[in-house]
Amino acid sequence: MSNEAILHANIGATLDVHGEHQEHHHETFITKYIFSQDHKTISKQFLITGMVWAVIGGLMSVLFRLQLGFPDESFPWLEDLLGKWWAAGGHITAQGYYALVTIHGTVLIFFVLTAGLSGTFANLLIPLQIGARDMASPLLNMLSYWFFFIAGIIMLSSIFVETGPFSGGWTAYPPLSALGDASPGSKSGMDLWIISMALFVVSSLLSGLNYIATVLNLRTKGMSMTRLPLTVWSLFFTAIVGVLSFPVLLSGFILLIFDRNFGTSFYLSDIFLSATGAALPNEGGSAILFQHLFWFLGHPEVYIIVLPAMGIVSEILSINSRKPIFGYIAMVGSMFAITTLTFLVWAHHMFVTGLNPFLGSLFTLFTLLIALPSAIKVFNWLTTIWRGSIRFTPSMLFAIGFVSVFISGGLTGLWLGNSALDIHLHDTYFNIAHFHLVMGVASIFAMFAGVYHWFPKMYGRRMNNTLGYIHFWISIIGAYLIFWPMHYEGLAGMPRRYYDYSIWESFKQFSELNKFISIVVFITFSTQILFIINFFYSIWYGRKETSLNPHGATTLEWTTPIKPGHGNYRKYLNTSLGL
Amino acid sequence: MATISNTNNNQRIHPHKFTLWVAIASICMMFAGLTSAYIVKSNQDNFLEFSLPNYFWFSTIAILLSSVTMHLSLKTFKARERNKYKLLISITVVLGSIFAALQVEGFISLDNHGIRLIGQNSNAAASFLLVIIGLHGLHVLGGIIALLVMFFKSFSQKIKNYNSVPLEVVSIYWHFVDILWIYLLIFLIWIR
Ligand code: HEM
Ligand SMILES: [Cu+2]
Repeated sequence: MSNEAILHANIGATLDVHGEHQEHHHETFITKYIFSQDHKTISKQFLITGMVWAVIGGLMSVLFRLQLGFPDESFPWLEDLLGKWWAAGGHITAQGYYALVTIHGTVLIFFVLTAGLSGTFANLLIPLQIGARDMASPLLNMLSYWFFFIAGIIMLSSIFVETGPFSGGWTAYPPLSALGDASPGSKSGMDLWIISMALFVVSSLLSGLNYIATVLNLRTKGMSMTRLPLTVWSLFFTAIVGVLSFPVLLSGFILLIFDRNFGTSFYLSDIFLSATGAALPNEGGSAILFQHLFWFLGHPEVYIIVLPAMGIVSEILSINSRKPIFGYIAMVGSMFAITTLTFLVWAHHMFVTGLNPFLGSLFTLFTLLIALPSAIKVFNWLTTIWRGSIRFTPSMLFAIGFVSVFISGGLTGLWLGNSALDIHLHDTYFNIAHFHLVMGVASIFAMFAGVYHWFPKMYGRRMNNTLGYIHFWISIIGAYLIFWPMHYEGLAGMPRRYYDYSIWESFKQFSELNKFISIVVFITFSTQILFIINFFYSIWYGRKETSLNPHGATTLEWTTPIKPGHGNYRKYLNTSLGL
Repeated sequence: MATISNTNNNQRIHPHKFTLWVAIASICMMFAGLTSAYIVKSNQDNFLEFSLPNYFWFSTIAILLSSVTMHLSLKTFKARERNKYKLLISITVVLGSIFAALQVEGFISLDNHGIRLIGQNSNAAASFLLVIIGLHGLHVLGGIIALLVMFFKSFSQKIKNYNSVPLEVVSIYWHFVDILWIYLLIFLIWIR
């Protein structure tokens, strides 16, 4: 049985494989900063790439808010800046508007809040907090980043093609996505969109596999699953949700590619084209099929975005309240419940597709059930800070802000989850308000919290607190002022994804409100620049971190040197004694 | 084996094997997505009915045999019978390629019988066959490439490597694509 011996010895060797790197550091600039396999460098790459995308996606929202707030005014400089396709005569054009909202949604959901959030914190925290020297497969980890990077380049280039980027919404429903003739954005912009997204899915799968294998296999001695920090648990569940749901999206995309390019009839049927006046040759396809495949990922995707945020917030709230997290097991249990239930609710996005009412009631039931674990988590966060001796650092404020917007947005989820109510609210601004608060703002806040908190670990320096406070207060006030009024617009029936509301008598009442929202958007967006300046300035000129454990945390990443080298730990850890 | 595997870490499954198992779960979800879409479609009126060409049966034999030779090559590798191992792994590659070729033949024969897979007058029933079987075929091709890498590695004289983990990983994958095909075949026969 000598082979078994070799096999088993090899496991030890794998755990050890990066230990040796610390001794011989023959790394060139390229292997150290570009094609790095060190999880900490990859984490920074994800973070900075995510930030670039956040700026691009955010600027897009500034542009379309300009249109929504000031539909009657013209801004000649816009045409000079963007060209005729986007802003003929100083007005954002309709095609430009749809392109902007689509790419804004795609980029923020997938590039910023999926890759940017998970990629940054899973890479930084999983190995450091479980006491591993690196990921299970550093190579796959590096590949995952580069797939993401290339996906980004392709998405970016789609913005510059002659017929514009894809413009059918981030959900990419056919026929707009399946039929090149359906709209300008359905042409080569859509080809690039789908290639980019396919590469993005590959990137997510590679990293998800790696995260799961790392958490289950590379924990240091004594780090049992019940001792894992909630950050690691949340990133672990996120990875599970990802590897089980992204492949279904991929299969939906494959069928879409066949319909687009090879004339099949999965989604397309003999619909009439206004451009040609003739029916398509396709027969029997159903766009609803795509919606099922899409939302089977699409709903879990929102939890892929919010679960890591929940983990980060749990950790930061507890550290800055100087108290252990309240109800650790309940926290893990509720994340497990979310991970399971999230696969059973996708059709709540499809209540108005003619779904069988009985099925609709089942999906309503499961949807409302998700509120339970969510409520348990909220309760535990509040009891964690209850009577703590709280330090209101910027990261703590953002974590509290997360809880606040998560509650505000979660409550409206209960409205939308009722199929009867949703028939009225579907695809209105109520929906926009719901998901921006519960997911968009919440997860971005958690990401800020995480960056402020772990910045000393990433760069060995501190970010400026004063700028952090300004950033927080304007962001949270801005977020509420932007999204709260949208609830009223949605209740009044104002649909989403319309280019110009001023031509409807019934929505004229909102023109002042829309102007107000847009102005707040401009202010809030500008404030984010403060964060970016703070971030980059502090990388080089921030106050040097002198303490090994600046926040008084109990997790392992603060037992490494202030700036850990490749391999993280100087010697093997045994947490069965220490913690 | 029990002699050295008494520390904590050694009891655990090798990370690369574990990663593969998770990847297998992931691949299963992709095919679950496709096959459930197929079920939904098959309830529609215009879903074309036709029987599978015999090629798909012959290919099944090829891939089943290849699983046997894969199993044997792992065994001979562990027994350090190099030459037998080289022979068996080459046979596995050949059988895998025969499988792939027969799948292509199957599609050609469908086309010859006037069943269009793509383009004008194609029916979703046939297009699904192309997507599902084709996608499985791509996974087989990936496996063949991995097998070839193993094969050429065995010729490198400089390093005598007896670490069987890479081969085990490939072998698990190979058996997986075999089982996946059996599932798909039964599925496609059942739901017509
Ligand atoms: C209490 C729990 C929740 C319930 C009951 C709920 C329910 C719903 C329902 C029924 C819709 C569909 C609305 C429609 O299109 O008419 C919806 C939309 C949405 N929800 Fe939630 N939700 C909850 C929590 C969350 C969370 C935690 C997130 C993200 C982290 C989230 C993200 C979204 C997104 C992104 C959409 C809109 C997608 C789109 O149409 O573009 N929701 N929610
Ligand atoms: Cu949902």
